[in-house]
Amino acid sequence: MPSLIRTRWSQGKRTVRFPAAPPELPERFRGRPVLDASRCVDGCRACVDACPTHAVQTDPLRLDLGACVFCPACTETCPTGAITYSTDYRLAASKRDALVLAGDGAPEAPLVEALDWRMRRLFGRSLRLRQVSAGGCNGCESELTALGNVVFDLSRFGIQFVASPRHADGIVVTGPVTENMELALRKTYEAVPAPKIVMAIGACAIAGGPFAGSPAAHGGVPRDIPVDLYVPGCPPHPVTILDGLLRLLGRIERRRQA
Amino acid sequence: MTEPRSGGGRADRAWLLSELPVLSPEALHQCVLTDARAGGRLVGLWAWPVTGGIELLSVVAFDADGRLSICRASAGAGATFPSLTPLLPAAQAFEREIFESLGVRPVGHPWLKPLLRHADLAEAGDGAVDAHPFFRVDGPGIHEVAVGPVHAGVIEPGHFRFQCAGETVLHLEIQLGYQHRSAEALMLASTPARRLVIAESIAGDTVIGHATAYCDAIETLAGFEVPPRAQALRAIALELERVANHVGDLGALCSDVGYLPGAAYFGRLRGEFLNLLLALSGNRFGRGLLVPGGARCDLDEVLRAELTQRLARAQRDVDAVAELVFSEPSVLSRFEQAGTLSYDVAEQLGMVGPAARASGCRRDVRVDHSSGFFRFAHIPMAHLEGGDVFARAMIRHVEARRSIAFVREEIERLPQGPLVTTIGPLARSAVAVRLVEGWRGEIAHVAVTDAGGALRSYHIADPSLHNWYGLAVAMRDQQISDFPLCNKSFNLSYAGHDR
Repeated sequence: MPSLIRTRWSQGKRTVRFPAAPPELPERFRGRPVLDASRCVDGCRACVDACPTHAVQTDPLRLDLGACVFCPACTETCPTGAITYSTDYRLAASKRDALVLAGDGAPEAPLVEALDWRMRRLFGRSLRLRQVSAGGCNGCESELTALGNVVFDLSRFGIQFVASPRHADGIVVTGPVTENMELALRKTYEAVPAPKIVMAIGACAIAGGPFAGSPAAHGGVPRDIPVDLYVPGCPPHPVTILDGLLRLLGRIERRRQA
Repeated sequence: MTEPRSGGGRADRAWLLSELPVLSPEALHQCVLTDARAGGRLVGLWAWPVTGGIELLSVVAFDADGRLSICRASAGAGATFPSLTPLLPAAQAFEREIFESLGVRPVGHPWLKPLLRHADLAEAGDGAVDAHPFFRVDGPGIHEVAVGPVHAGVIEPGHFRFQCAGETVLHLEIQLGYQHRSAEALMLASTPARRLVIAESIAGDTVIGHATAYCDAIETLAGFEVPPRAQALRAIALELERVANHVGDLGALCSDVGYLPGAAYFGRLRGEFLNLLLALSGNRFGRGLLVPGGARCDLDEVLRAELTQRLARAQRDVDAVAELVFSEPSVLSRFEQAGTLSYDVAEQLGMVGPAARASGCRRDVRVDHSSGFFRFAHIPMAHLEGGDVFARAMIRHVEARRSIAFVREEIERLPQGPLVTTIGPLARSAVAVRLVEGWRGEIAHVAVTDAGGALRSYHIADPSLHNWYGLAVAMRDQQISDFPLCNKSFNLSYAGHDR
């Protein structure tokens, strides 16, 4: 018992102050990419050729956060620094189209529309989620698990992962949705009572990620399942997921990046 | 008279296909069995289509000598090959996969249930999942429990079918394949940049392990050696990955026996090690750190000082929490003699990694088949005899300690020099077999090139492919309520198995 108390003392309080204060992220953290089309050289397609997941296009310069796996390929290939990574962790969006960044003008962030007042009244302070891994590599799953640890402490927001879809208010999908998991995903979705929300976490669930075009997977959540929140990343940092969730629930005000 | 065999040697070289004479499937069968009797361990058995049939490649490791024995055979269209499984159970998954993916039958295989492709050979009759109902036990009081593919927690999908008499598990059958993304086929159709990202996504908790194996395979085929500084950074990242996962598993084991202080502290500490990888590579799992030819992120003086300080603090915390956990009677009473896997069974199944070492098997790629930086800097192999949950927990603590010590030492004396070299074209008509000791055990990547030097076949064996059957055997005569604990003590990868 004395050692238990001593250890408790030395471990201290570890919960991050987020969302009250911004998270501490190292300078190498690859967050939201910043595009500057004015630096592009005419006819240069270096980033397009380097990108492993066809997330970048030129003329005009665009980057699809949903397809991006946040690898260094485009930034290290670009001869003029037209694409760079910032440490901005705010990546989530409510609409698929909103994930496409343009290379002209100020970037718009964040892009999550809060649920309407009815849904917020239901879920705003108590949200139960069922996770479905449908071909996820355990990267996104690991970060979702990490949300439950003492550092991110998801339950302080009244959000919990539950064991049955029938106890849930929504599903959290990871992975490119493999052939062998499609039926299970659909059954789980149908088993959640309405009204329900759907979240696509990570590049695979949004657009297939590294497995886009695989003959054994569907390139993400099937189009007939309506998605309420997209969280890009490979995998997204736990704070990125948390930020998206809290914005969806209207618990972080929508702000534009300065 | 010596039997015909194809070739062999150390793992860190490529073989030209012309160096490996083509045997008959029967000769390959004989060769593998002879090697196994001589103490060899099956690393894998793979096949790929060629005009007019298939080619088979077997790899057997002689761990004590640091040597591989490789056999190559061909079989014509519609041909069969004799199954190794009845005599060498370690071959079971490999042969099932050859059957379902290429339709070539391993004659004498006792259970050709699809491993990954639930529907691929449906028309062929016995290739479909439905043609192989779950193994059933009948009798008074016997009941069946079905779990998955969607589980209660945040876990990857798999199906577990238990045959129970009361609380006691008589038999467990594990059906996987739900995660199959066709990664190996996708590798062949992809650009080099995409291949690297796919390799990093075979098992998302083993990014460095699989990326190292992929880069090694490509570099071996190209005949290039990575600069020493990059080798050191790769080894440091591999060990950080090991520590993060081992520490996380210790927390999850505490959680499964309801010891919340251990769960909370280890859960937080896992993140500390992931954050070290984040500081180094920009990603919590080390994505983007490796590239064929070297490493992309350097360890500068500021970062080195920071890592040194954070590692020292994390090591102190891990030791303090481990002391708490391993001296708690309520934890020990749940860990001890739960899910025991004997040395003999672990050997027969060809198990690898900490799960094998916890059952007394002495095998560790870092020691036995050392390559890269592990040729110059050594981590002593840990092994225990018990084979129970306690042994699998304790070995994680021992290995985590040794890896932290290794990283602390090596970041102080990183070799100087460049980080990356440009690598040239791949050798033509050649094969590379590369082994890496990931945190779960031996990762094998096999790359084969065609006459033009393009990849024509790529194979990935995650340690989980060897170890899932071990979990099924370890559950026999255990209480079904101990399944989550036993499962976590192995903590195998679904995605890595299914690819």
